[in-house]
Amino acid sequence: MTEKKLTKGNIALAEGAIQAGCRYYFGYPITPQNDIPEYLARNLPKCGGTFIPAESEIASINMVMGASASGKRAMTSSSGPGISLMQEGISYLAGSEMPAVIVNIMRCGPGLGGIAPTQGDYNQAVHGGGHGDYRNIVLAPGSVQEMFDLTIKAFELADKYRNPTMIIADAMIGQFQEPCRLVPEKPVEFPEKPWALTGRRGREPRLLKSLYLGDYEQEEHNLLLKQKYDEIQEKEVMVEMQRLDDAELIIIAFGTPARVAKTAISMAREEGLKVGLIRPITLFPFPTKQIYEHSKKAGKLLVVEMNTGQMVRDVRIAAHRDASISFYGRPGGGFPFPDDVLAEIKKALDGGPR
Amino acid sequence: MYYDVIMAGFGGQGIQTISQIVALAAIRRGLNVTFLPSYGVEKRGGRTNVTLVIADEEIGSMVTNHPRCVIAMDTIAVDKYRDQVARKGLLIANTSLVPESMLDRNDITPLALKCNDEALALGSVKLSNMIALGAFLQKTKILGFDDVEAVMDEVTPERLKHTIPANLEAIRRGMEIAGNGTV
Amino acid sequence: MNAIFKRPDSLTDAPTHFCPGCTHGIAHRLIAEAMDELGITDRTIGIPGVGCCVFLYRYFPIDALEAPHGRAPACATGMKRAQPENIIFAYQGDGDMAAIGTSEIIHAANRGENITVFFINNSVYGMTGGQMAPTTLLGQQTTTSPYGRDFNTEGYPIKMAEMLATLEGVAYSTRVALHSPKHVNQAKRAIRKAFEMQINEMGFSMVEMLSTCNTNWRVTPLEALQMIEREMIPYFPLGVFKERTGKDFL
Repeated sequence: MTEKKLTKGNIALAEGAIQAGCRYYFGYPITPQNDIPEYLARNLPKCGGTFIPAESEIASINMVMGASASGKRAMTSSSGPGISLMQEGISYLAGSEMPAVIVNIMRCGPGLGGIAPTQGDYNQAVHGGGHGDYRNIVLAPGSVQEMFDLTIKAFELADKYRNPTMIIADAMIGQFQEPCRLVPEKPVEFPEKPWALTGRRGREPRLLKSLYLGDYEQEEHNLLLKQKYDEIQEKEVMVEMQRLDDAELIIIAFGTPARVAKTAISMAREEGLKVGLIRPITLFPFPTKQIYEHSKKAGKLLVVEMNTGQMVRDVRIAAHRDASISFYGRPGGGFPFPDDVLAEIKKALDGGPR
Repeated sequence: MYYDVIMAGFGGQGIQTISQIVALAAIRRGLNVTFLPSYGVEKRGGRTNVTLVIADEEIGSMVTNHPRCVIAMDTIAVDKYRDQVARKGLLIANTSLVPESMLDRNDITPLALKCNDEALALGSVKLSNMIALGAFLQKTKILGFDDVEAVMDEVTPERLKHTIPANLEAIRRGMEIAGNGTV
Repeated sequence: MNAIFKRPDSLTDAPTHFCPGCTHGIAHRLIAEAMDELGITDRTIGIPGVGCCVFLYRYFPIDALEAPHGRAPACATGMKRAQPENIIFAYQGDGDMAAIGTSEIIHAANRGENITVFFINNSVYGMTGGQMAPTTLLGQQTTTSPYGRDFNTEGYPIKMAEMLATLEGVAYSTRVALHSPKHVNQAKRAIRKAFEMQINEMGFSMVEMLSTCNTNWRVTPLEALQMIEREMIPYFPLGVFKERTGKDFL
């Protein structure tokens, strides 16, 4: 077995990018993700890569677009306000069907917001953010090891579906340290890119674009995109499920709240309360089927988020109609400690939805 | 086995170092570890707090508001974390800087430890963190002296390698004081 | 029989969407001729901005990436870094480069990115219907400066070629015009030189071309050509503002 090293979440992610074959990083400083560009600025040149400290997040995402259009693996990372500035570029990437990995180590909002751990950008990542009818693939790591593994996965999914892939993590996941295996679990996949712009030598010219003006062209394009998103929903759901066999209440949470929930569930189980966990690892595609099936059986759901209620809407859509859904939200600046969550578990089991 | 500890003080007191040592020693013992640092706004002279969770099972929360142990190296740390210590938990306070009157909880085990004075007696105030670490090892028994000794080389940067023997001596001294129940 | 005038190989036979009288077509032809002469068509990738130039890929038989409005220099940066062996050019209008994309053009130029940018300055937003651009002349009436551009409220027309020439990373910055055969020939030489700068890895090159938009200027094509000479050149002087002769940068 490969040795595990005590590693910070952001560093595991940055090293994951390198191991995934990403050789192009463009970014602009913003807390709490600066470990990522700093690590890559030091280490990309050592493996023949390119690091550009871009003039803005707008430039960053467009540099990513240029490198990605060249068929190369490229990434940027930022936080809240910077991710907002990138939305134009992300929409173009989606529309032109270009892969890219965009990392959001979330900070609070709206506005400048504090740097405390938060999950306020769920809607932005999962339900658009940019203009137009598109979806990002969205991954939500829950451990330092997943910061590494899911970054590799993000590049593979982005290439496989020619689609922007976002990794969203709260600052806790970015900043804390755990033992981590810093080598890929399996060989990294590199799909062919018969669409990349590399100069037309010996072939017809290629074009990457998102402007469709002819009759029905745009509609046709968007319906094809929809087909792709349906395929992603069908094939790529990742979810962790724990202690569901006898569960009368299921906590649904991602990132740090899912970690806290695990501790709270252990505490609850010690008191004889039958509680389980569903942790979406992919936020799009969302584990809709899993939530439906298990909510039918358990009957009660408790969604825990570090915001005022974003993923809970997707849970409502997914859940069985007879399931009662409670919500416990701590927007950034406050924190859902294990005993807080335990108290919510008891409330939800006693009272049902609030 | 499940143990959580918050180590807190001001920057430069070596909180990072002893928490790294404990984390690494636990990993070498095959235990799961989460290490959550939170720094003050300023890098030097700012606050340093580390939350460590050590367990032989999967670790859920990397955050705790009822730690089984708090190592508080100054008054601000005692003030902030004293009331959070879990009932029957352990509060190791650096009473070279903290008035003993602050350790006024009767449902926990307070350990008043004059870390700075003991460190000075060994030659350098910089050893105060190791005194605290020694006491922590002695009181909690989650790791032994050997576990810590085995990782000292790895956590010590090249330019400080020569301090390892003095550090180990300070850890032993901390264990000794805590073992004797001297306060 | 020898052909003395023909369509360059680097230009397709697609009928253009440009308005009759527009000089975009001339700029396209000159770029195509330069690509032919330099033999770089197979390894050139074009990045149009948003505006009248967006359909660049219809007219050049080369790989192309449609950039977001104003961002072509950033896209070109990422692309050139990823494939330095190929020739990358951006083609921007005045709204694209001189308004929404000022940050991207300035920093690409300042980093000395080894790319080439062609800049069509026709003093209005063409595709959206003739609104005021940063390059709109003082007193010029547009749909959003109906009483004429007034420096008190809209400031002065921005001189991109001069501004970029002040940046250390720039190898070549020039302004040419497309309104007469003599000027077209000068423009051709400038375009060729700009590509050569990139081929020789000299750094950032930019050619600003004073261009007509007779539709939005609401004049005949002929009057539009005369307006370049009469109204644009006095404010936007032609010339080479920076030309690096060797790899003399620090």
